[in-house]
Amino acid sequence: MKILVCITHVPDTTSKINFTDNNTKFDTTGVQFIIGPYDDYALARAIELKDAIAGTTVTVLNVGPADTEPTLRKGLAIGADDAIRVNAEPTDSFFVASQIAAIAKETPYDLILMGRESIDYNSGVVHGIVAELLGIPSISPVMKLDLEGTKAKLAREIEGGKEYLEVSLPFVAGCQEPIAEWKIPNMRGIMSARTKPLKVVEPKAADSGVKLQKFELPPPKGSVKMIPADNVPELVNLLKNEAKVL
Amino acid sequence: MAILVFVESAEGKIKKTSIEAVAYAHALGGPVTAIALGAVEKAELEALGKYGAQKVLHVADERLSQGIIQAYATVLEKALQDEGADILVLANSSLGTPVAARVATKLGASLASNVVELPKTDGGFVVKRSIYTGKAFAWVELKNQKKVIALRKNAADIKEVGSPVQVTPYSVTLGDADFATKITSSEKATGEVLLPEANIVVSGGRGMKGPEHWGILEELAKTLHAATGCSKPVSDMGWRPHHEHVGQTGVKVAPQLYIAVGISGAIQHLAGVNSSKYIVVINKDPEAPFFKAADYGIVGDAFEIIPKLTEAIKAAK
Ligand SMILES: Cc1cc2nc3c(=O)[nH]c(=O)nc-3n(C[C@H](O)[C@H](O)[C@H](O)COP(=O)(O)OP(=O)(O)OC[C@H]3O[C@@H](n4cnc5c(N)ncnc54)[C@H](O)[C@@H]3O)c2cc1C
Repeated sequence: MKILVCITHVPDTTSKINFTDNNTKFDTTGVQFIIGPYDDYALARAIELKDAIAGTTVTVLNVGPADTEPTLRKGLAIGADDAIRVNAEPTDSFFVASQIAAIAKETPYDLILMGRESIDYNSGVVHGIVAELLGIPSISPVMKLDLEGTKAKLAREIEGGKEYLEVSLPFVAGCQEPIAEWKIPNMRGIMSARTKPLKVVEPKAADSGVKLQKFELPPPKGSVKMIPADNVPELVNLLKNEAKVL
Repeated sequence: MAILVFVESAEGKIKKTSIEAVAYAHALGGPVTAIALGAVEKAELEALGKYGAQKVLHVADERLSQGIIQAYATVLEKALQDEGADILVLANSSLGTPVAARVATKLGASLASNVVELPKTDGGFVVKRSIYTGKAFAWVELKNQKKVIALRKNAADIKEVGSPVQVTPYSVTLGDADFATKITSSEKATGEVLLPEANIVVSGGRGMKGPEHWGILEELAKTLHAATGCSKPVSDMGWRPHHEHVGQTGVKVAPQLYIAVGISGAIQHLAGVNSSKYIVVINKDPEAPFFKAADYGIVGDAFEIIPKLTEAIKAAK
């Protein structure tokens, strides 16, 4: 079985977000980049399936310039067999999804896994676009995924609950916790990742019809009003008469 | 500029986030057609007229009572064509967003999810979307004639602008591929306020010490008609169900009021709550980072403060 896991290269979850160039570029100063947390869940589940099903291979894919390669290498260290980097700035969801679909058209995969959304642009649409371009089912956000031959059983989160589903391979899943436990690369994984194949391919043209104009930061928060612990009714008074939310 | 709005329902009732989508479409200015799928109460459908729908289409196919992403996308594509609509508006939800992705791809439409405001239309059609889990925004131009907009909850004000309308039955031929995914069962939290849609959220963290202490938070939530939430370690430890976990890797909420009890305010938790209108923090540590993000704060022991707060709210009612 061949599994493709699409991973994003995103600022660490604790990063302070700033912009430069008149609010048109993300400021990478001092920012640590990581595999997107949701993508990390997808990758962890793929590795579990590889360990459970003989003959399974896992390919990690990222659409990004050369400086995302350490993120791909981390995917290899966690246990993927090979990696593909589409050499392009990931400008928007449709562009990224088109690159993934183009790769999957050349080499059919039985399963395409990715995070439910990236934590930078939070679009949550790449899995759906990829699946639509390939003409296969898409399911998201997936919190459980088990395979029985060519059939899959999944659980999907819905507002205030869960849905259980069945679908046949191939399909695309947007993953989230608790689908698997995150895997931490060990020394052997890190060493072997250096020699695993990482293929670089050039992007295909794809026009999404969206254009970024500028970024904006939320206005700074005013200071907190502290209420003494022995005067709880004052909080209720403020919520009622000042904030007017009660 | 005709607009189609996909309205989601649960147990026969239209979801609030979908009524917001109708209100948003009305504010956009075009004639608005709403479309609902599966089993929905007639009065609920008719009432969409009050919020700005001139026309309501209903696909009464029972198979569509469950949210099947592909089938929904097929129906919406057809309805957009039949209605001559250029814009599709829907809720940025666990169903709406994946459906939006597929419809936009079918139509070659410009797509934006997590949209938080009405567009600027002087020189293009430019929407504001929330990015970096609420830590920033992006203004993006939707250049294609066809546009798909997934609207974040609480991003539009619901106002009564019209009166109930008649419902028009509508049908679309669906094939096997539309039903390639089968929903076998579901588990729904019923009878309580759902976290993603709540106006008030009462959330507890590790400071609550254990699941046996959640009763006082539930009592507070009940008094406020609020939903309950929690921090990630709380759901990781199984004190609370996973779908209550709020934050960067959990549910993102945008209520009028978020009350955080015994939560330190780690940046990953804040990322899921910083779109709340007002934040109240109750923590025994005056240095807890959450106070920096709060509007109101009390330094104190949750086990003393919470029952008092519940009493004070009851007294003020
Ligand atoms: C990649 C990644 C993603 C993450 N995503 C999320 C996420 O989505 N959501 C999330 O919540 N976390 C997330 N986290 C975890 C996050 O970093 C914090 O660990 C977590 O939010 C801490 O939860 P907490 O505040 O409940 O617990 P703690 O940090 O242990 O804080 C407990 C608080 O309770 C207070 N307290 C203790 N006793 C009392 C009392 N009797 N009365 C009042 N106050 C009391 C303490 O002063 C303290 O401030 C993520 C972490 C990573 C690495």
